[in-house]
Amino acid sequence: MCLAIPGQIERLIPGTDLATADVSGVKRNINVGLVAEEGIAPGEWVLIHVGFALSKIDEAEARASLEFLQGLGQAFTDEIAAITGETVPVEGSG
Amino acid sequence: MRFVDEFRDRNIARELGAEIARLARPERQYRFMEVCGGHTHTIYKHGIEDYLPRNITLVHGPGCPVCVIPMGRVEDAIYIARQPGVILTCFGDMMRVPGGNGCFLDARAEGADIRMVYSPLDALKLAQRNPERRVVFMAIGFETTAPSTAITLLKAAAENVRNFSVFCNHVTIVPAIKAILDSPDLRLDGFLGPGHVSTVIGCRPYKFIADAFQRPVVVAGFEPLDILESVRMLLKQLAESRCDVENQYTRVVPWDGNPRALDAIRRTMELRPYFEWRGLGFISQSALKVRETFAPFDAERIFELPGVRVADPKACQCGEVLKGVLKPWECKVFGTACTPETPIGTCMVSSEGACAAYYNFGRFTRERVQEAVR
Repeated sequence: MCLAIPGQIERLIPGTDLATADVSGVKRNINVGLVAEEGIAPGEWVLIHVGFALSKIDEAEARASLEFLQGLGQAFTDEIAAITGETVPVEGSG
Repeated sequence: MRFVDEFRDRNIARELGAEIARLARPERQYRFMEVCGGHTHTIYKHGIEDYLPRNITLVHGPGCPVCVIPMGRVEDAIYIARQPGVILTCFGDMMRVPGGNGCFLDARAEGADIRMVYSPLDALKLAQRNPERRVVFMAIGFETTAPSTAITLLKAAAENVRNFSVFCNHVTIVPAIKAILDSPDLRLDGFLGPGHVSTVIGCRPYKFIADAFQRPVVVAGFEPLDILESVRMLLKQLAESRCDVENQYTRVVPWDGNPRALDAIRRTMELRPYFEWRGLGFISQSALKVRETFAPFDAERIFELPGVRVADPKACQCGEVLKGVLKPWECKVFGTACTPETPIGTCMVSSEGACAAYYNFGRFTRERVQEAVR
């Protein structure tokens, strides 16, 4: 549960704090309000924890953390399943 | 995977190991605590201790949010779940945490509506979709997670979602570290600071460890080389008779943390006078509660909770494991009565718990090998 998972921003949703991110192949809307001050753009990577981007990271860090997380086995599978479980429609909502 | 190799290179690991061996004085014992369960996981999985001289011991700390939830709070949550119209939501890891009379899964089997969510925002959405139900989110976690709950509270208030509330169990890491430093059971020589918590709180809050307790702190990343590099940095400080807070994980952790996240916490939550931690007992100013301005969204104000203190099972030694006094395999029930399938204590429930990490990966670490040949 304390896992923070890297995701790549695909699209910002105008008029909200939300963005669509690709998290290990799963598309999900996440809240990017906490990193808004630094500015966030499609293609950039963030560390996501319980649906919120906690910090911006570079691609090397993202790939390394992803591999580390995949190495966790069940915990990673559960986390991805949890993300998938409440996947919201990409358009609008949130 | 070029990127990953940079963090895993065995040659660099050996070089770091050699540098560590050079810095560590052979006549001295070093005990470093890794505060965060994520670090514990890396240490066991990659056999980090095998790269360290024998006079360096890594001691596992209390940084597993699921592990420190006391049984009484699990009971309170189940009480809430049994009230008419309630949907209790929680993170998946909570489902098997034992309370005094079973866990959430047991309560659900008996008819309580308890559902797993990935994010507190999903719980809020559930409330908006089910206006006739009362949706309660059981919030747990350190400062990594508290901002998410805080923003969800702000959103619930802004959108006036009156059937949503938070059962707040957020804890703060610094008082727990202080309690461990004050404990007479344990002598520690330095700390590997938690990586993800520090993305929120930054590095400054650890300064008291260096100043008042004269112990070095290095905020560490989660890769094997991060851990080795952080151990090297701790030893270097000790060799130079310094006690500072240093940041090894600069690629993720800003020195000042995340001001927006801290602001969201401050606006919605305040410190409790004291809070019970499983195994560690009552620690003053170590947890957060919902501020009075958000009272309509505070499950503790909405429901009259039993609030009964439930003692841990006698056989369970999670407290000693959480404080680093016992290694997981030294617990009486480890791997026999207590396994990830049928956990007695919380350290065996969460994948970040020291016992679960050791159970899954740690079979051949240094101590175990030594024990086997004895």
